[in-house]
Amino acid sequence: MIRKTEVEETLKRIQSHKGVIGTMVVNAEGIPIRTTLDNSTTVQYAGLLHQLTIKAKSTIRDIDPQNDLTFLRIRSKKHEIMVAPDKEYLLIVIQNPCE
Amino acid sequence: MATRLQSRPLCQAGRASAGELATGGAAGAHGPWRPGPLQDETLGLASVPSQWRGVQGVRGETKSCQTASIATADAGTQGRKREDAQVQTEAPVRPAPPVPRPDEPRLLAFLRRVEPAVTRELSRNWQSHAFDGFEVTWTEPQQTVTCLHTLGYPPAQGQGLHVTSVSWNATGSVLACAYGRLDDGDWSTLKSYVCAWNLDRRGLHPQQPSAVVEVPSAVMCLAFHPTQPSQVAGGLYSGEVLLWDLSRREDPLLWRTGLTDDTHTDPVCQVVWLPEAGHSHRFRLLSVAPDGKVLLWQGGGTGPLQLREGFALAMQQLPRSARLRKPPRGETEVGATAVALSSFDPNLFILGTEGGFPLKCSLAAEEAALVRTPSSVPLRAPARFAFSPQGGPIYSVSCSPFHRNLFLSAGTDGHAHLHSALQAQPLASLRLSQQYLFAVRWSPARPLLFAVASGEGAVQLVDLQRSSQKPAVSVSQTQDGSPVYCLEFNKQQPQLLAAGDAKGTVKVWGLSTALTEQGPREMEDLDRLAAEVAPEGDGAAGCVGQV
Repeated sequence: MIRKTEVEETLKRIQSHKGVIGTMVVNAEGIPIRTTLDNSTTVQYAGLLHQLTIKAKSTIRDIDPQNDLTFLRIRSKKHEIMVAPDKEYLLIVIQNPCE
Repeated sequence: MATRLQSRPLCQAGRASAGELATGGAAGAHGPWRPGPLQDETLGLASVPSQWRGVQGVRGETKSCQTASIATADAGTQGRKREDAQVQTEAPVRPAPPVPRPDEPRLLAFLRRVEPAVTRELSRNWQSHAFDGFEVTWTEPQQTVTCLHTLGYPPAQGQGLHVTSVSWNATGSVLACAYGRLDDGDWSTLKSYVCAWNLDRRGLHPQQPSAVVEVPSAVMCLAFHPTQPSQVAGGLYSGEVLLWDLSRREDPLLWRTGLTDDTHTDPVCQVVWLPEAGHSHRFRLLSVAPDGKVLLWQGGGTGPLQLREGFALAMQQLPRSARLRKPPRGETEVGATAVALSSFDPNLFILGTEGGFPLKCSLAAEEAALVRTPSSVPLRAPARFAFSPQGGPIYSVSCSPFHRNLFLSAGTDGHAHLHSALQAQPLASLRLSQQYLFAVRWSPARPLLFAVASGEGAVQLVDLQRSSQKPAVSVSQTQDGSPVYCLEFNKQQPQLLAAGDAKGTVKVWGLSTALTEQGPREMEDLDRLAAEVAPEGDGAAGCVGQV
């Protein structure tokens, strides 16, 4: 129980940063396991960003087999999307750009 | 033997009686005489045959008869034993997707690993100005507003007809225009037309519409069906509402209202399609006219369009501020000239009136209208709130597709008013023309952009992000300054804007990229604009009921 609370608190800490719209954790199959957004948005973000991260990772590895993807930032007109990859999970944070 | 024995006494009796008769007769004969001495007399024998059946020689005959023996049979029957049993299958409960029970320790380890990096990036991003003013040009930017097509139907233009209304169909590839007259107050028998061009078809002929429908009266307004690409509804000068299917070449007319007690008694100013509550694919037609009625029609089966619901505006039932100074006698209708449906509230619509004040109205209104015009459905009073009036009749209203409270109105005073539905006073009043403004429409792509059609023959695009006083772009549609009567954005291709004018010409304008691409903080600016408090004016509008 203590550990579960610690997971939630870490996510809450990230969510409380300025401009953060949503935070989610996605597993290796692209299935969201923690989210602060609504269901349909979460499913959409999780599925698409999971694919994009795999693609980005293989691009980096194809260019240089010694290299690896460590962090993915996507700048869009409305948002900044950050993906922290790992062998088992992805952490996705959606943030508004600064004012 | 028996018969013979019986016959003898009878014979004797017969003899005796014969004797008596003889004596009687003698006595009778000698009545007045003294009886003579008794003497033997031999009289003739009278024989009376016996009446007895046996003597008559009826011989008995012995007959026997026998009924057929009654057949009886016994049979036993026994009802079968019955049993009822019911069985019910339950709707298959979809097994909940197996929630991957995250391995808590590993998840925690992962989060601990990535949190510092994410935190660093989040705060760095928030402070970063690296992308300020950075624009990506993914497509070739269109710098200017250009005229892509100039469409017209020469027979209609020859009659001097105006383009009274334009409409894009559901797919955004067909543009239809209605021909009629706006400067002529007389009833006329002038023929009129509805023409349609398919802009995506190869070999588009600008002077030769892909569909032409002849109409017996001037067409005042048009509206394509929101989902059926070939169905278009129109309102006539005579007050009728018609529905055509442009794909049917021979007989395009699907439904009409006919001229009954229910139809408008004034030219129909606008028709719009209204999604039916609870049915996302069924629509009803809403028509408004200066006779003060707002009518909801529904087609179905054969026969005319059926009136489903009706609303009527009576001066007495308007919010107090909107009424005339001098109270009118009897019921006075309030002429409706334009209508716009809210994109957010299915029951809400804004009416433009001849009195110059926009009215917030509700389809859910219950109160009966104070009018005595005959109608097959009870007419209700829809007005909820009256906004402060413009300097003249309103010709057009438009509800923002991006904000639930914002709407625009434009009319004869040459001003476009930006209203919040929560305040009586307009948020902004823009003087855009020395003459009338005939149409105003919000852009479907940019929250802060709208277009107006002016009486000087210009199509003006106002970008509230750039300037809230003068238009960002103004293009002249007509060379001689004859008025532009109508304009409509294409919802599927927001860079297309169609406008129709008094020369009978429809021009399709291709908008520049700046007018179709939403800016990074445009929604926030729109929210800020809507939250502004309107400057207090002299005439305050009243409110009816809850706002």
